[in-house]
Amino acid sequence: MLFVKPNLLKERGIIGMNRRNVDYIARYNARKLYPIVDNKLVTKEYAKKHNIAVPELINSIQYQFEIKQLEKILTGVDKFVVKPAQGAGGKGILVIVDRKGDTFYKPSGKEVSFDDIKRHISNILSGLHSLGGKTDIAMFEKLVDFDPVFERYSYEGVPDVRMIVFQGYPVMAMLRCSTHESDGKANLHQGAVGVGIDIKTGRSLFAVQDGRMIEKHPDTGSAFSELQVPHWQEILPLSAACYEMTGMGYLGCDIVIDKNLGALILEVNARPGLAIQIANDKGLLKRLKLIEEKAPKSTSPEERVKYSLDHFSTD
Amino acid sequence: MSSRSQVYLLAFMFFALGIGLTLYKNQSLGFPLLPGESKEVWTVESKVTFDATDAPITVSMILPQAGSNMTVLAESFSAPSYGFRVKEENGQRRAIWTQRSTQGPQTIYYKLDVVNNEDPASLAPPSPSKASSLTLSSEQEVQAKNFLEKIKARSADNLSFSIEMVNQLRALKENNKRGVNSDFKNKSVAELSLILLEVGGIPSRLVRGVSLEDGRRKQKAVDLIEVYNSDQWVIINPQNGQEGTPDDVFIWQRGGVSLLDVEGGVKSKVRFSTIENDQPAKTVALDKGTVEQSALIDFSIYSLPTESQSAFKRILLVPIGALVVVLLRIIVGLKTSGTFMPILIALAFIDTTPLAGLAIFLSIVSVGLWIRGYLSRMNLLLVARISAVVIIVIGLMGFMSVISYKLGMTQALTVTFFPMIILAWTIERMSIIWEEDGPKEVMMQGGGSLFVALMAYFAMTNPVIEHITFNFPEMLLVILSITLVVGQYNGYRLTELYRFRDLAKGQKG
Repeated sequence: MLFVKPNLLKERGIIGMNRRNVDYIARYNARKLYPIVDNKLVTKEYAKKHNIAVPELINSIQYQFEIKQLEKILTGVDKFVVKPAQGAGGKGILVIVDRKGDTFYKPSGKEVSFDDIKRHISNILSGLHSLGGKTDIAMFEKLVDFDPVFERYSYEGVPDVRMIVFQGYPVMAMLRCSTHESDGKANLHQGAVGVGIDIKTGRSLFAVQDGRMIEKHPDTGSAFSELQVPHWQEILPLSAACYEMTGMGYLGCDIVIDKNLGALILEVNARPGLAIQIANDKGLLKRLKLIEEKAPKSTSPEERVKYSLDHFSTD
Repeated sequence: MSSRSQVYLLAFMFFALGIGLTLYKNQSLGFPLLPGESKEVWTVESKVTFDATDAPITVSMILPQAGSNMTVLAESFSAPSYGFRVKEENGQRRAIWTQRSTQGPQTIYYKLDVVNNEDPASLAPPSPSKASSLTLSSEQEVQAKNFLEKIKARSADNLSFSIEMVNQLRALKENNKRGVNSDFKNKSVAELSLILLEVGGIPSRLVRGVSLEDGRRKQKAVDLIEVYNSDQWVIINPQNGQEGTPDDVFIWQRGGVSLLDVEGGVKSKVRFSTIENDQPAKTVALDKGTVEQSALIDFSIYSLPTESQSAFKRILLVPIGALVVVLLRIIVGLKTSGTFMPILIALAFIDTTPLAGLAIFLSIVSVGLWIRGYLSRMNLLLVARISAVVIIVIGLMGFMSVISYKLGMTQALTVTFFPMIILAWTIERMSIIWEEDGPKEVMMQGGGSLFVALMAYFAMTNPVIEHITFNFPEMLLVILSITLVVGQYNGYRLTELYRFRDLAKGQKG
């Protein structure tokens, strides 16, 4: 069967794009809050204010003429990420993992010259990757030194945890592992693997690539069933705190785990995708309804995490 | 009130208003809902001829008036070298032509287009005091009264009385073709009836009409009589004694005033010729509306100059395209590159025809993509690069036009209808998607855009839809209401039934 009956999806509480847009994003995310999450530089500021850990900002470039100083900016920097402050859907992110003289290397081993980086930055500033083509700022972030636990599950990129947080309660989680197909990027629609994670334990539940269930990482061959996200107990309150930080009722936050720094908020998304349901083999609707109707209003992230731990365990 | 019920309420109001206005225009003003409906329009030409006698000339002719069984759509007067005015006299319109002096045969034309009036204005009851115009001898009066006495016995009311009388008169005339009474012989049934009815004290009057027969020329006016019976006027045809307005007669004049008066001329006469032609029902409704000054038409797109009207014809199709985009994106879930780019492509398809349009679009975009691939290696600023693509697109368009013209394929000349800025942006976007998400995504979005554009094209060129959007701009409200309701749709998209297909098998509930 190519198509399924809509009532089967309804029974399982699967949320479609339209319902997400109408009933959750439009209702719970005030428009005026969007700049906080749509501009990653602003997100970083807010995160600092709320004592939320984020990857360190190396520098940022706002004007075309500043591009000339790129050599200076990158002196002594071998590993970094360049991204547009207002990029959407993982667009325009350039990851550099190594440097030899004036030659840089992407995770795939592909060589990148100074000129390539300059062109990339120029594109970012012109607004190529930003929503609506607005002029943008290119930001340089320190590359996360990711936890070795993940080495087996990720190819040429940094895996991150995507957590859906509804009214401050962590609702559903997945780990996004880059693959060769996704060119080191962690976006599911580009071919990354999504691994559903149990809210209570941080253990893997289910893994999908390109919308289909898989057992092993296509590049490393490691079985996902053995996967356990480290620092899980630290990740939950961190994501819950994003509610206070942004004020958004329905958000998705991306968390990376640094070997030395622990869990860091990479970015917050006001329009988190729905693929997380496939990775968890579970619909979001019942959990969202439970919070809407039953969960106590709590101002403490820890209390909310406790509620989520009690209610959203899959086992 | 929750925002959802507000939307529904608003949508319902828009929907009802749009449908209501549309029905009103259709039912009351006669605008056809479907294209191609036509109505019989009669062109009646009256030709006045007389011989001038070298004296000041005044020609006065009565004009059709309100209450007729036909509505006048347009009228024109033609009599060169005559002064002309229209005079209102006792509620009757008269055309007056004047000239100081001339000689020889004269011709004056008055032409008008009429269409059947389904709802003629009601007629005023007869005025009570009317000076008698009878000039009967006492002998004649006695004869008449005797005649009427017999008929009265065989009738119930004014109407049956009049019909019986007309029939009797016709029979008499038929039998007395060589009768002795010259007064009787020289008068028509209509004239005799009117005299007798006045003797009998029954309110009556003469009605003049023009027989409507396609291609008929040089005909005289038809005389009918009208009798007041139980609070309404009823026409009786003296030719056959039938009651009611004959279908094929255009009522020109009511009351016994003269049809034509000519001073300073002799041998004057009026002859009518009639031609039938079918005109689009819309044109008829419009002409009628302009004559009757209906506010809905007066403040509509029709009051704009023709040039702006045709521009609006195109603009009013855009909401249809938008509706198609809304449905295909929200209900079906197709991906398109740029939300409304498909509408612009569809608009271009209208000029190019879809097949030629597709070929042109695909060839320009693929050549553009190839050149853009080279440009991306040249480190250009975004604005400059897009401008370069725009210039290249224009160059391609020119090149295509010239080559295809030389080859005799004039179809490709329509390439200019494609909005080149949109083409350039499409190329730019596609090339970025190609680099970041691969060719598969380019095919998905490009194919989606073209599919939506084609659907929008078919919706926009549907003759019925085209007709309705232009003639009933009120339907915009209906489209708006549908858009509002679809904007509240939170069910699954068709593509999600595929995307989440594995989830339905779910082991755990």
